[in-house]
Amino acid sequence: MMTHLPVLPILIPMVIGALMLIPPFNQVNAVQRTLGALASVLMLMISILLLVEVDTSGTHLYAVGEWQPPFGILMVVDRLSAILLVLTSVLTLSVQLFASSGEDGHGRFFQPLLMFQVMGIQGAFLTGDIFNLFVFFEVLLIASYGLLVHGGGKQKTAANVHYVILNLAGSALFLIALGILYGTFGTLNMADMARVAPTIEGGNLTLAKSGALLLVVVFGLKSAMLPLQFWLPKGYSAAPAPVAALFAIMTKVGIYSLWRVHLGIFGPEAGGLADLALPWIWPLAWLTLVVGIISVLASETLRHLAANLVMVSVGSLLLMVATATETATSAGLYYLVHSTLATALIFLVAGLVVNQRGKAEDRLVSARAMPQAALIGTVFFIAALALIGMPPLSGFIGKALMMQATLDAGEAGWIWPPLLISSLAALVMLSRTGSTLFWRTREGKPGTAEVHPLQWAGIAVLLVALLALVVGAGWMSEFSERAAADLFEGIDTSVLAGGVSK
Amino acid sequence: MEFSFALGVGFLAGAGVFLMLRGQTFPVILGLTLLSYAVNLFLFASGRLMIDGAAILGTADAYSDPLPQALVLTAIVIGFAMTAFVIILAIRARTDLGNDQVDGRESSLTNGELLDRKYRKDVKEAKR
Repeated sequence: MMTHLPVLPILIPMVIGALMLIPPFNQVNAVQRTLGALASVLMLMISILLLVEVDTSGTHLYAVGEWQPPFGILMVVDRLSAILLVLTSVLTLSVQLFASSGEDGHGRFFQPLLMFQVMGIQGAFLTGDIFNLFVFFEVLLIASYGLLVHGGGKQKTAANVHYVILNLAGSALFLIALGILYGTFGTLNMADMARVAPTIEGGNLTLAKSGALLLVVVFGLKSAMLPLQFWLPKGYSAAPAPVAALFAIMTKVGIYSLWRVHLGIFGPEAGGLADLALPWIWPLAWLTLVVGIISVLASETLRHLAANLVMVSVGSLLLMVATATETATSAGLYYLVHSTLATALIFLVAGLVVNQRGKAEDRLVSARAMPQAALIGTVFFIAALALIGMPPLSGFIGKALMMQATLDAGEAGWIWPPLLISSLAALVMLSRTGSTLFWRTREGKPGTAEVHPLQWAGIAVLLVALLALVVGAGWMSEFSERAAADLFEGIDTSVLAGGVSK
Repeated sequence: MEFSFALGVGFLAGAGVFLMLRGQTFPVILGLTLLSYAVNLFLFASGRLMIDGAAILGTADAYSDPLPQALVLTAIVIGFAMTAFVIILAIRARTDLGNDQVDGRESSLTNGELLDRKYRKDVKEAKR
């Protein structure tokens, strides 16, 4: 059983998702919801188990069907993958609980699509093979296309058309890049590619460079790097609250892929291909952050604000990718976990606000008071503190780590100003949003919409996770350092030659 | 052989990109389809082009690389699913948004399309 652990985060959502399409689980009711909740809890337990396993005994490799790498399908769980699996599972549990309050009933396939989406995300984190990265990207994308239009409506359809077409074009680019890389490397296994990379020269070097840079475009589109970010604000703000919260991790899949491919394969030891993407990522990351800050200040609704804050976090993370030192990577990893949880939380709060404010929804105008303004306001306040980066919450620790890392790398002069200004912009906009939504109320009878207990449960999961990130900050930052070291060290596939797992 | 193959891939990709830059959903979908054909052919070529290469071991002296064929197969299957989805989505957008523009707005029609529309309207009225 333990040897098969690495493949379970993919198998569980796949099997449960398929089950949810056949009777008696294909109706949106308590049975389906319980099944979904069980699957989420199970995935959380397995990913924590994997994390502990990997942290004590090192990277796990799993050759599917015992086909030896570099030929078969290889799953790799190192510390970086393991912590992201835990993050995904926490987010899934929260979103699943939140949506089970009735939001999943607006369409027929919310729960199965959620499972398939999670399968794609976990698969992307687990795979050790760049072609399977493409396959899992497609799995998570096609599920996200369905989730984005969940419930229907003009806005969602319009946003989805852009999102789908852009991503299909992105997939085509991904395949072209894979074709070029296979043609020059002769392998698509990431560990094997890292081994072959220094030996590539001559005409193949130019080809391999163009393939690697094409991958930057693809991952840039996924992570909403400027100038490929235009789909994000519209898509995220049109999506239903739980879907938007889950999408908080989608941009991070792009960041993870950049780390895996551009630090793992085309890292400092890749000979002629060493660090070739970094001069491109650096200015684009910086501009993403700056444009993100401006968009934050121009937000008109809470959901737009949340979507723009996603862009700010992406910009900061891309800067950490571009700085490309081990400390920057570990600081980035801590901030990635924090920002995913915090933005997911603010999207869920926005969902509650929309429900309680009637026609005014979450627009920054005065409207009738929310019936449960005090409770929702408290959660909003915590989320805001985390997003701004105020002590004692994890945002502060994340930002401090990133600033320390850039100082060590000698890039503080360029990176500190936008990082600090982004906090200021978030502070200004979140205080304005909070005071408008919760205090600038008009006379009139408050509505009767109540927050469902399951919605509170979903929010509580995220709050507990954020709290754990503060309480366990010491462990987590040390763990991030080990994870970054894992990434820089690379994967040693030679241990599999004897057939370690089945 | 290499030249004509490259020409074919290049032509398909060029036509695909051209169509993808159009404003209406139908040409965009056609463009995506053409682009995916170009990509599939290109993937084939990544294992190097050869004639009379066997795919099964022990049957010939020259072997073709089987991996790109597996990759292409996967890419074709995924491409099928995506095309089916995007067509349904385009039809849905046509009904939801009331027009077939990619950004959902009539104002994005080009002059030519507006003239074309006016012409059709005039013809209709003339018939009446």
